[in-house]
Amino acid sequence: MIAQHVPILAVMVPMFGALLATLVRRGDVAWAIGLATTLATAALAVLLLQRVLIEGVVSYAIGGWAPPVGIEYRVDLANALVVLIVSAISALIMPYARTSVNAEIASDQHAWFYTMYLLCMSGLNGIALTGDAFNAFVFLEISSLSTYVMIALGQSRRSLLSAYQYLIMGTIGATFYVIGAGLLFTVTGSLNFVDVAERIATSPYDRAVLTSIAFITVGIGLKVALFPLHVWLPNAYAKAPSVATALLAATATKVAVYLLVRLYFSVYGIEMVFVRQPVVEVLLVLSVAAMFFASFVAVFEINTKRLLAYSSVAQVGYMTLGISLASVTGLTGTLVHLANHAMMKGAAFLALGAVAYRIGSVNIDRMQGIGRVMPITMGCFVVAGLSLIGVPGTVGFVSKYYLVLGAFEKGWWWLAFLIVASSLIAVFYVGRVVEAAWFAKPDVEMAQVKDPPLSMLVPMIVLTAACVFFGLDASLTAGIAGQAAAALFGGVQ
Amino acid sequence: MKLDVVLRIVTKLMLPFMLVFAAYVQFHGDYGPGGGFQAGVIAGAALILYAIMFGLEQSMRVVPTWVVEKMIPAGVLLYAGVGAVSFFYGENFLDYDVLGHDHVHAQELGIFLVELGVFITVAGTMIAIFYGFAGRGREE
Repeated sequence: MIAQHVPILAVMVPMFGALLATLVRRGDVAWAIGLATTLATAALAVLLLQRVLIEGVVSYAIGGWAPPVGIEYRVDLANALVVLIVSAISALIMPYARTSVNAEIASDQHAWFYTMYLLCMSGLNGIALTGDAFNAFVFLEISSLSTYVMIALGQSRRSLLSAYQYLIMGTIGATFYVIGAGLLFTVTGSLNFVDVAERIATSPYDRAVLTSIAFITVGIGLKVALFPLHVWLPNAYAKAPSVATALLAATATKVAVYLLVRLYFSVYGIEMVFVRQPVVEVLLVLSVAAMFFASFVAVFEINTKRLLAYSSVAQVGYMTLGISLASVTGLTGTLVHLANHAMMKGAAFLALGAVAYRIGSVNIDRMQGIGRVMPITMGCFVVAGLSLIGVPGTVGFVSKYYLVLGAFEKGWWWLAFLIVASSLIAVFYVGRVVEAAWFAKPDVEMAQVKDPPLSMLVPMIVLTAACVFFGLDASLTAGIAGQAAAALFGGVQ
Repeated sequence: MKLDVVLRIVTKLMLPFMLVFAAYVQFHGDYGPGGGFQAGVIAGAALILYAIMFGLEQSMRVVPTWVVEKMIPAGVLLYAGVGAVSFFYGENFLDYDVLGHDHVHAQELGIFLVELGVFITVAGTMIAIFYGFAGRGREE
């Protein structure tokens, strides 16, 4: 029975968890509910991926109304991969969350926090699974609204300002998306992705379709934090509670990238997006700008959470770069980087969360010599950092390999050079943290500090190990990403 | 509260009509404009009017904060719960057909129940927003 309903359960299990968590209003019970539901959802995501690998595309009609009239959940390899990323990362962070949330958030707000965490997860899974343009908007709002609340629950008063800033930007993004979807609906009379794709091909209203591409690109671009629409991201990540930062950095932008890919490749089609619109040029220039500008800013950041946030903007640049290559190899790079970046940024932000838990600050000048007293935590950070740089043997290398390969396929050797050059900037910003953490001597106060409790260490170590494991043996992640990319290029099956 | 007696009497007179109108909008949603959202707003507005006229303490005795906090998730839970009933009959999520013997009745019952969920959540949210703003600076 469960196998049949997996697509909707991956959305509804965390949703029910969120509702129960608010109803009980007790932090520890809410956490237990959160742990149970995230683990269950992760198991469902594995089931779903297995089913897609065996059976191909899985379609689920909500309410028994056959698509395109009803809302359809349509799962192929690309969504199954994204859902697995979101669910697995959420489940991994949950055990870590308890200690960190106890330290960072007022006790009467714990249940709210877990509610928002689960709602966000439900929304992200919903965006990934749905095959309906408006339903995707609703889930976009569910995940965004819960994200604003999570950010606002941060410790400093600046958290409220950051949340508000993101609220304004995110709302503009969502509005642009819904205008784009509205234009599509006007032209085609349908919201179902597959149905829209069929009707667009024969639509006489070219200009409206092209306008909707522009609106949707900008709207989702805001959610993706595509340079120069990224200004909300560093503040939001820096001021949110550590757990929320890890969750958002590892999952939220990935899902937005996925939505962009889905709309470009499965709805509009390659011809419409890449041949008749200058999307390739626009995305290419913005991606390269993000890779360099954001990495460069990161080098001068003092707050390590902000540093990693800027690094996220740069990493998103690699993902959109893969889209702009408009080839199977490039798209494989994008999709595999969704998974890889989730692992490394998840591990890095969890390590910083542990630092914040122990010394109450994540500024570089306060972290002098911390590597010697928190070796496991900072060890994880170093591995995640190497992965951000793209050192062979880590997942970052796998992503960049596909991107460079895609650039060479096009004969754009200069782009391959730029990809490698931007990685070199990452050496500097990761290097600054590593230098402060490992090469400076800890002072007396610092010498008292220890690694965090096991509940925080284990998720961190698992993610770090994943960074290395999938870096050495990329057949699983890159294999799925490659198949998904090939399927996307074949249109909707 | 030393407010004008006319305002208070008129408010008392209006409240039952507002609540009945909310119920009308709720149940008449199948046939005309209306539904859970609008009805929830009207019901919430009735309580807000009461709070404005008779004070926040008085209205919190009628609908305490903890009730409001439970109303918001409870409505969504009712909606989602109705959807989940279909699972136990082997049908897809939100398939109301399992709720009755024939298609039309089952769909109507399904819509009725989920709209009730919408009503509870929307009314709760309206009151929560009002309590949140009106109660600012009163605590501590």
